[in-house]
Amino acid sequence: MLSIENLHVSVGDKPILKGLNLQINAGEVHAIMGPNGAGKSTLSHVLSGKSGYTVTAGTVIYQGKDLLDLEPDERAREGVFLAFQYPVEVPGVSNIYLMKAALNAIRKHKGLPEVDAMDFLTLVKDKVKLLEMDEKFLYRSVNEGFSGGEKKRNEILQAAILEPSLCILDETDSGLDIDALKVVAAGVNSLRADDRAFLMITHYQRMLDYIKPDIVHVLANGKIVKSGGPELALELEAKGYHWVEEQAA
Amino acid sequence: MSAVKTISQYPTEYEKFSDALPGQLVSWLRLLRQDAAQHFSAHGFPSLREEEWRYTNVSAIEKKLFSPVATSEIGAVDMDSLKQHLIADAWSVVLVDGHYSASLSNLDGIPESVTVMNMASAVEQRADLLEKYFSQVVDSKEHGFVAFNTAWFSDGLFIHVPAKQVLAKPIQILHIVTQAGFMANTRDIIVLEESAEAKVIETYVGCDDAYCSAAVMEIALEQNADLTLYKLQMEGEKAYHFGGTYVKQARDSRFTHHNFAFGGLLARNDTHTDLGHASACDLNGLYLGVKRQHIDNHTRINHLQPHAISHELYKGVLNQRAKGVFQGRVLVAEQAQKTDSMMNNRNLLLSDDAEADTKPQLEIYADDVKCAHGVTVGQLDEQSVFYLQSRCVDKQTARNMLTFAFANEMVGKIKLPELHDRVLAQLLQRFPQAGIQQDWL
Ligand SMILES: Nc1ncnc2c1ncn2[C@@H]1O[C@H](COP(=O)(O)OP(=O)(O)OP(=O)(O)O)[C@@H](O)[C@H]1O
Ligand SMILES: [Mg+2]
Repeated sequence: MLSIENLHVSVGDKPILKGLNLQINAGEVHAIMGPNGAGKSTLSHVLSGKSGYTVTAGTVIYQGKDLLDLEPDERAREGVFLAFQYPVEVPGVSNIYLMKAALNAIRKHKGLPEVDAMDFLTLVKDKVKLLEMDEKFLYRSVNEGFSGGEKKRNEILQAAILEPSLCILDETDSGLDIDALKVVAAGVNSLRADDRAFLMITHYQRMLDYIKPDIVHVLANGKIVKSGGPELALELEAKGYHWVEEQAA
Repeated sequence: MSAVKTISQYPTEYEKFSDALPGQLVSWLRLLRQDAAQHFSAHGFPSLREEEWRYTNVSAIEKKLFSPVATSEIGAVDMDSLKQHLIADAWSVVLVDGHYSASLSNLDGIPESVTVMNMASAVEQRADLLEKYFSQVVDSKEHGFVAFNTAWFSDGLFIHVPAKQVLAKPIQILHIVTQAGFMANTRDIIVLEESAEAKVIETYVGCDDAYCSAAVMEIALEQNADLTLYKLQMEGEKAYHFGGTYVKQARDSRFTHHNFAFGGLLARNDTHTDLGHASACDLNGLYLGVKRQHIDNHTRINHLQPHAISHELYKGVLNQRAKGVFQGRVLVAEQAQKTDSMMNNRNLLLSDDAEADTKPQLEIYADDVKCAHGVTVGQLDEQSVFYLQSRCVDKQTARNMLTFAFANEMVGKIKLPELHDRVLAQLLQRFPQAGIQQDWL
């Protein structure tokens, strides 16, 4: 589904990603862990097309297409979804409207008719329940005045409605208490499917107790320096990142 | 040859018509007019040298010499063409070219105790009551336009609501200018006696040619009175608009202003209020500028007594070569302890050539007060644009959505549904980008 080869990315003159390789197949869940400032969010931003990053070398092929060639909204319509580490407040734009507009844009892209208003409402209310949210969040401005946890739930709510093919979760677990984490994890797990892949960025092994990854990677100094099974996460939690960085050096 | 340099060519032109002006037989008004005319002759229209006019050059007014409108010259207007501007569920008063039109106005069913009367009639029939308020809220020497207005206003409206009367419907004052080169120079006075409540809508529209509106409104809110005033300035593209809204608020009174400045080539509005004990004012403004429009908003809030509350939010959206000005002054007098004042001005610049000048001024002489102010001038938040894009919205639509949402916050504050929808329609019309939809909101 996603094939990243030798990706080099800079912000201004500063190289951040320095030859990153990553293969993700449909149906897989990949976890990326790594120290602060390693370049994890940079990777998620480059994949979703945020401006301000220069790709100096490498390729990113998504479902056979050159992903880097597409505008952010085109990528989203192609099924790339980013759950933001810091979801943005958009005053004056209603949450439910944005979800409906996004879903219809995806449907149009697939050659499907617009979603029926009643069907949409049923769908949304269903997912709101799944994420144990209050329906009133639907009618508020996107993320405006939401607490940290509410913002994270809202990101997963959007994912649940848009049903992306590649779902990038950037620290969706950070700042959540255990109960909220369980709810969010259940939301994510309900989305797991053979034709869908996850790239899950996290600092905490705890998340992986609830969403079991197939592969765990360590991103340090702009590269994947180690990959392994779920047990790698436990090891990282126990020993920190230092030993991996040393091994890689 | 006189040694004194002629400052303005207006006095000569306007004095020719002065005999026909309302109130010339009422001595106090005649004296006020003469005094104002003298002041104007000596000073003329405001110049850039005056601190409060430094961003707004009005010299074009002097060059163009907009002419006074004699009653014989008033343009013909039919009811159908006015319908688009009139709110159905309101009492309405129409002023054409600065003169009241009885046939276009509709005050059916307004309570008898309420006075809604054009100035020309009021100066004859209600001279005593009028004298109590005329030129009492704003000094005719405040600046050149007030002096000009006082000296030569042709008509206007007098609204008096007696104590405890709550008006069931809003009163709409529609000003329309029909011909190139005209000056509509009107004076309105609104008095709400103790615990009276009213909603008033002022609408300014006109023809596509150059003309000028000079409108001064004095408002006296007695104890615990409550006024909501909507101003829709939708003058023609080449018009000049000078509006002044001057308010005196007695103890516990409330004044809510929604000031929409959309039209005109050059538009200036002054809103001043003097706050009495525990009174409150809520000043909301939205100005939209396109092409070469210049829109200047000047507000002054005087906290003169303790415990008053003032909230002010003005937003501007400026595109192409448009220029917006916001000068907001808040004064807190020494005895105005426990003042609660919040002033905010936010500007969105949509093009490199658009400009916003913003100047908040706080003068605080009391020590136990809560005062906050903030201004921003900026472009759309790129984080928000990217967020929307990551949710499938294309970049241009994302920008439109954010711009519209920014402005629509002010429209959303309108409490009268019919008026809300009218203003929203104006907003949609003034955003040239395609595809703006109401259901974004
Ligand atoms: N716009 C930017 N301008 C300058 N430096 C940037 C910018 N964006 C990211 N960086 C730098 O790039 C490096 C990687 O940042 P990134 O946000 O990708 O790290 P991260 O791995 O997600 O960290 P965290 O775990 O704290 O979220 C950091 O050193 C950061 O300071
Ligand atoms: Mg990060």
